[in-house]
Amino acid sequence: MQRPHIQIRDLNVWYGPHHALKNINADIPARGITAIIGPSGCGKSTLLKSLNRLLEENDEVRVTGRILLNGQDIYQAGVDVTEVRTRIGLLAPKPFPLPMSIYENVAYGPRIHHRGNGKGLDQVVERHLLQAGLWEEVNDRLKAPASKLSTGQQQRLCLARALAVDPEVLLCDEPTSALDPISAQRIEAQLQSLKQDMTIVVVTHLLRQARRLADHIIFLWLGELVEAGPAAQVFGAPQHERTRAYLSGDIG
Amino acid sequence: MKKCRVVECFFRVLMIGSTALVLGSLILILGTVVWRGLSALNLAMLTQTPKGGYYLGKEGGILNAIVGSLYLAGGATLLALTISLPIALYLNLYAARSRRGELARLALDVLWGVPSIVYGAFGFTLMVWLGVRASLLGGIIALALLELPIMIRGMDEAIAMIPVALKEASYALGATRLETALKVVVRQTTPALLTAVLLAFGRGIGDAAAVLFTAGYTDRLPDSLFGPAASLPLAVFFQLGTPFPAVQERAYASALVLTVIVLALSLISRRLAGRLNKHVVR
Repeated sequence: MQRPHIQIRDLNVWYGPHHALKNINADIPARGITAIIGPSGCGKSTLLKSLNRLLEENDEVRVTGRILLNGQDIYQAGVDVTEVRTRIGLLAPKPFPLPMSIYENVAYGPRIHHRGNGKGLDQVVERHLLQAGLWEEVNDRLKAPASKLSTGQQQRLCLARALAVDPEVLLCDEPTSALDPISAQRIEAQLQSLKQDMTIVVVTHLLRQARRLADHIIFLWLGELVEAGPAAQVFGAPQHERTRAYLSGDIG
Repeated sequence: MKKCRVVECFFRVLMIGSTALVLGSLILILGTVVWRGLSALNLAMLTQTPKGGYYLGKEGGILNAIVGSLYLAGGATLLALTISLPIALYLNLYAARSRRGELARLALDVLWGVPSIVYGAFGFTLMVWLGVRASLLGGIIALALLELPIMIRGMDEAIAMIPVALKEASYALGATRLETALKVVVRQTTPALLTAVLLAFGRGIGDAAAVLFTAGYTDRLPDSLFGPAASLPLAVFFQLGTPFPAVQERAYASALVLTVIVLALSLISRRLAGRLNKHVVR
């Protein structure tokens, strides 16, 4: 059997005195979409942001345990955090374009990692805008400020920006929560086509979205992992009473 | 219900009254400067240095002070900018919410309130100690010290307003703090940074006490960093101090020139900020 792409081992997270994640152990298989589900405030985003070590930009946070990416612990001393984030991209809930043009937003990652310039960079930008499904709408105004795009377009720009670094994993933190249904549908469609080649982890509090997208499920409840496994199994025959109650809408 | 209305009414009158008082005084000051200065203002004043007997009411102008002030405040602002931006970035991206950072902010707030004559005296002591005489360079350093707290705190406040998610967006792409600071934070805050710079420049060009001992005064145009330099606030001071009404009128004209310089710079930087604004993410 193939080794899971990401293995989470004994992960604990504290915000000051608050114990936000308690002893999480889970595997995220390579390729496909893994959805982290559960009610608000249960540590879904915390778990997601621990996967690219973005959590530590917060001052009062403390993390223990291991997260293995292809068997390598990303929390080990001596690991270059920027390299981790180059391999694991993030799509945030609310799109935040960088304060520059559409072109420069996508070129930002390749530029800081010294990958390509001039014509080569033009191709990188075009390819990833195509991949994010935005190229048709912006190819005539690449020099325009990214902030002038609509929210739905901005989110697809953020997707293109994340993809332009060529990550092997894409983390999506409620990626459609700020979007109208049509824009949300487009993002979901992009994720569906991307999952052939990369590992995608989606945090969502929308069960319907999880049912549409997920191949694997991680169910969190108040900072604890209740159940994890293939989507068909978790949705079809949940092992735990709490999962059953959450899925049927009795709790959460 | 009724009491609420009385209170509401009282505070409204208070607010409108305060605004009117401040605006009224400002207009009065500007009006006096324009009214009394305009009559004495002529081309010679702007294009000539003081000739013999200028302070007795004879020929000449204040070109020495205009050029001196631009050199002094311009140099000080450039010097302060090169020091302020790294400090403001450090306070927000590296020392955010740390004890060190809070201590630095407290020190800067205290320095902001220190009267400018103290900066002048400090600069003067330093120059005596180094054996340097009153010079353009001394004035630039004293003014830069005066401008530093204003500029740093202005930039600091602007950078602190940046949404966390914007910085995270950059970090998440594998950018380091330095790359995020220079490529994202500075671009996002450029209009606000410009405002901080302008505010500091305004304080610098309008200050008399800090340059009194450090830059000295001369009737000639400044020709070296190590020679003395004239300034507009001191020109106003010296001319007002003479017993001749004609020379006193020239003091008002000098004040008018100073006001117009600050006003022109504000307008230019506003237009510039408007142009730089287009990439700012809201």
